Amino acid sequence: MYTATAPDAAAGDAHAHEHAPAGVMRWLTSTNHKDIGTLYLWFSLFMFFFAGGLAMLIRAELFQPGLQLFQPNVFNQLTTMHGLIMIFGAIMPALVGFANWQIPLMIGASDMAFPRLNNWSFWLLPAAGILLISTFFVPGGAIAGGWTMYPPLYIQGGIAYDITILAVHILGISSIMGAINIITTVLNMRAPGMTPMKMPLFVWTWLITAFLLVAVMPVLASAITMLLTDRHFGTHFFDAAGGGDAVMFQHLFWFFGHPEVYIMILPAFGIVSTIIPTFARKPLFGYASMVYAVASIAFLSFIVWAHHMFSTGMPVGGQLFFMYTTMLIAVPTGVKVFNWVATLWRGSISFETPMLFALAFVILFAIGGFSGVVLALVPVDIQLQDTYYVVAHFHYVLFSGSAMAIMGGVYYWLPKWTGHLYDEKLGKLHFWLTSIAFNITFFPMHFLGLAGMPRRIPDYALQFADFNMIASVGGFLLGAGQLLFLYIVVKCVRGGAPAGDRPWEGADTLEWTQTSPPPYHSFVTPPLVR
Amino acid sequence: MRIANYADLRANSCALRRLAGRRFFALLSGLVVTLAPALARAEYRMNLAAPATGLAKEVYDLHNLIVWICFAIFVVVFVPMVVALVYHRKSTGHQPSAFRDNHKVEIIWTVIPALILVGMAWPATRLVIAMKDTSKEELTVKVTGLQWKWEYEYLGDDIRFMSNMSTPQEQIAGTQAKGEHYLLEVDRPLVVPTGRKIRLVLTASDVIHSWWVPALGVKQDAIPGFIRDTWFTVDKPGTYRGQCAELCGIGHGFMPTVVKALAPDEFAAWRAEQKVAMAAAVAVPGKIYNMAELKTIGEKVYTTNCLACHQASGAGMPPAFPPLLGSKIIKGDKAGHIDMVVHGKPGTAMAAFGKQLSDLDIAAVVTYERNHWTNAIGDVVQPDEVATRRK
Amino acid sequence: MHEHATPEVYYVPPPSIWPLVGSVALLTLAAGFVLLLNKVAAGPWIMALGAGIFGVMLFGWFGAVIRESLAGKYSAQVDTSFRWGMAWFIFSELAFFLGFFGALFYARIITVPSLAEAQLLWPGFAASWPTAGPGLKTALTPVSAWGLPALNTLILLTSGATVTWAHWGLQKGRQTQLKLGLALTVVLGVIFVSLQIYEYAEAEFSIRDGIYGATFYMLTGFHGFHVILGTVMLAVIFFRAWAGHFTPGHHFAFEAVAWYWHFVDVIWLLLFVLVYWL
Repeated sequence: MYTATAPDAAAGDAHAHEHAPAGVMRWLTSTNHKDIGTLYLWFSLFMFFFAGGLAMLIRAELFQPGLQLFQPNVFNQLTTMHGLIMIFGAIMPALVGFANWQIPLMIGASDMAFPRLNNWSFWLLPAAGILLISTFFVPGGAIAGGWTMYPPLYIQGGIAYDITILAVHILGISSIMGAINIITTVLNMRAPGMTPMKMPLFVWTWLITAFLLVAVMPVLASAITMLLTDRHFGTHFFDAAGGGDAVMFQHLFWFFGHPEVYIMILPAFGIVSTIIPTFARKPLFGYASMVYAVASIAFLSFIVWAHHMFSTGMPVGGQLFFMYTTMLIAVPTGVKVFNWVATLWRGSISFETPMLFALAFVILFAIGGFSGVVLALVPVDIQLQDTYYVVAHFHYVLFSGSAMAIMGGVYYWLPKWTGHLYDEKLGKLHFWLTSIAFNITFFPMHFLGLAGMPRRIPDYALQFADFNMIASVGGFLLGAGQLLFLYIVVKCVRGGAPAGDRPWEGADTLEWTQTSPPPYHSFVTPPLVR
Repeated sequence: MRIANYADLRANSCALRRLAGRRFFALLSGLVVTLAPALARAEYRMNLAAPATGLAKEVYDLHNLIVWICFAIFVVVFVPMVVALVYHRKSTGHQPSAFRDNHKVEIIWTVIPALILVGMAWPATRLVIAMKDTSKEELTVKVTGLQWKWEYEYLGDDIRFMSNMSTPQEQIAGTQAKGEHYLLEVDRPLVVPTGRKIRLVLTASDVIHSWWVPALGVKQDAIPGFIRDTWFTVDKPGTYRGQCAELCGIGHGFMPTVVKALAPDEFAAWRAEQKVAMAAAVAVPGKIYNMAELKTIGEKVYTTNCLACHQASGAGMPPAFPPLLGSKIIKGDKAGHIDMVVHGKPGTAMAAFGKQLSDLDIAAVVTYERNHWTNAIGDVVQPDEVATRRK
Repeated sequence: MHEHATPEVYYVPPPSIWPLVGSVALLTLAAGFVLLLNKVAAGPWIMALGAGIFGVMLFGWFGAVIRESLAGKYSAQVDTSFRWGMAWFIFSELAFFLGFFGALFYARIITVPSLAEAQLLWPGFAASWPTAGPGLKTALTPVSAWGLPALNTLILLTSGATVTWAHWGLQKGRQTQLKLGLALTVVLGVIFVSLQIYEYAEAEFSIRDGIYGATFYMLTGFHGFHVILGTVMLAVIFFRAWAGHFTPGHHFAFEAVAWYWHFVDVIWLLLFVLVYWL
């Protein structure tokens, strides 16, 4: 798709004095999008294991009925922090890591629009991480009211609840600045000849995601500020005696929360839309429709939020409106799935590890989409809200959706980032372990929810025992499988068969015109794109 | 095998596939062996609860319909995908086409799903409207969610009681075998007549709870300071069990919602009995209770209301849930202790139990706490003393 | 004043310590604030330390940017980046206020009527605005829109005019007009903040007085905070103008701060109508 002028190795050498500084200071003070991308990815991997560890503890407690390992207050901390850290510490930073590495390379830019701001966006994450992890060690322990932080329960908690609010504020600042950086980079720094409708779809998905971030993270900030003032400044935002309303928090939170889940999936769509054409050796089917579909999904994501609140007692008109808009969002999402299948159709397909993850994504994410349609229907949602059916749904879209797309993307781009091929047979083993264990863990949860098991409970009635045991076994396998992923990544970083500029013959975006790894400063002068 | 580049990788793919295949088979066998015992004797409910109301049946049917539609779409979409994965492979020599769009096809697969969704929305809309229509009710019960129990009040009848989980702590801790209705049993269920439209008006006293009974098809959040409502009509007598469906703290998993539906004449009899029983539960005026009587009642009150936080041992879970062993309140005067129980401590998890418990119950539990475990203060509290402190 | 050849490559700054300093600052500030809220003695000190480090970061980072700009390192493309960046930053600030306005709307249109309907719980409570809610026995005298708030509206609108007048001066090369316009704007900003503080002191209700008090002080309070920030930024621009940093063709920092000031003005107009008047 792209032809570019000769690679700017010469231009890179001309800036020899700007070669990477050495040691720890390199990573602390970097203004280089590749370094910062690497930082985000390692940070997210660490957080993925931390939050994954919490999940292992959860599944250990839920292995059998009864309370064996944890008192309910500790269990509630585990579930709450698992969610919070996976969302803000693992998935979002990983996707930003991809944005950092790939966007400048894919649009032929020398770096992000604001390289120093970029570094600040990253280094705010460890600050927030320190605050969040510290909450396990303060009196009363970490927050335990769900990652959704609903009042009045949230108002009851101890010092961890204040720390968490401040940590989320810091995460918000990081995201908002990152989003501004991405928007400006994509709008202002594309190589000459790369019109918007020639941009790789991954860049489109991140552009649109950045718009969502900049619009809704501030609303989360306002909502948690109101929690803080209700806790300490005597305000009555969420207290009925003072004219406030706990449900109002839910509206504010989910106005952020729903676009947030699209923030977590759209870049994953972009990754999958890059991998499938590569290994099908065929252009992405319906590029323009894919762009319009992503834009439609983003627009619709602003008007569906109350489907998280169908049982709060809103008027019929509200329930119907949000039911219809939520169902509508299935249309552009469906278009994307069909387009991926059409890309495969009559392709020349090979099954390297990235492709396996992308293919599994399409099928498993679609299952998550179907359970979403089921949940969209209010009468059915009344039975399924706050049950394990919802837990199943969001793990299908967030784990076999976002997380598996991220894993596929890591395998896809590791050769470019490191210059080495990863171990293909281990990669495939990791894929199969992950996919099978994932389904063993989460598919039964649909049944648990249908059968009536609520979520966020440390102990359960006897009729839920068998599927819980199966889910726990699957969960332990899933967790163990990710240790293999860590091994594969570390092994590839340290060495491996040379990747060459373009290990994937079907890859055609601009980064593959650079060496593997690319020069520290690439595209110092932008290429001409035809 | 030495992989120097991508070509080597492809050349060795057969060997890789065999290796992966052997390992995969080993993994699968291991899984089957681990899970077989559970699979063999399991109880696997895979659908919604058996409906006990007309509305729940309609929801059950709607869900079944949607699942079938989704399954059909899944097949229509993913069979072609599997066909492509099998037949359009590079390894079998299939050459890639170059097509990159087809506007007609794209319009078709945008419009058809939209129409399918409209088809789903139609029956759903009908049900949404029906579920919201709480008019023409024949009995109204006020439901209040508390941390961690339900209160039921039959409006107009003066019948009012708490519904606490009755599963013993020993079963939860594993020192006793779990009963059939583990975690789904209460001391006093909500009792309703069959065949009558029951309207529930819901609120909460502390945080958001949610009243849910799957067989009835009813779930409604209980929000402090606000009134919400919902309704149901039970077809047949029976006991229907559910749980709180909104995280409300440490006892969220331990506040079941149990409904006992009786034929209308049996319900009428129960109702009459309740009015008598309510009167009897009030302290006998003028009676002086002794330590043993108070401690007996107090132990029951403690187990139901205080144990979750302050623990069976009285040691609590500091700092959120202070210990009762030799604490300042215990060693202080009775008045301070009674005040703490009646009025609670705003800004903490200590609720104002004066709203939930009678004078006798409070007198009993305070006496129990002051004279149990290692506490031996020696004083007793009479119901009248509690009545005085309420003001 | 600064004629220089426009660079051809997009300027990528060398490694910089300021982002890390900023992260340390915010971590310290956040920890100190939490300790302060929970009445730990060291809280205010740690918070002050964090704020101090943050100030050092601002000085260092903006200092570096100003030096790079004056040295002619920024191409026209970089200038465009700054414009996009500032515009989207202001958009995110708007979204932040939208959350609080949303709370105000929700409370007035949905919550208060809903509470009035719950006569079973709040017998005798009637829906009206302002209210401190059905459970707090507070009578509320709101601040009249046509007193101080109207005056403040005039002040801010005038300050919008003075900063625009200053801009015209800058564009025409009239440095005196630039400096005078900026100075007037800063003075008007200070007057606004002073009058708001006076209004707060004289108000007959506090932030604790139910949903009215909460929404009133949250909205006007955050707005006032943004006015203070804007005034400080205007003052910095004023000093830079004195130092001769701005030319008719090259003065984005001025424009960015002017945009911010207009944004603060717009938020005030919304406040005036939705919080004070209606």
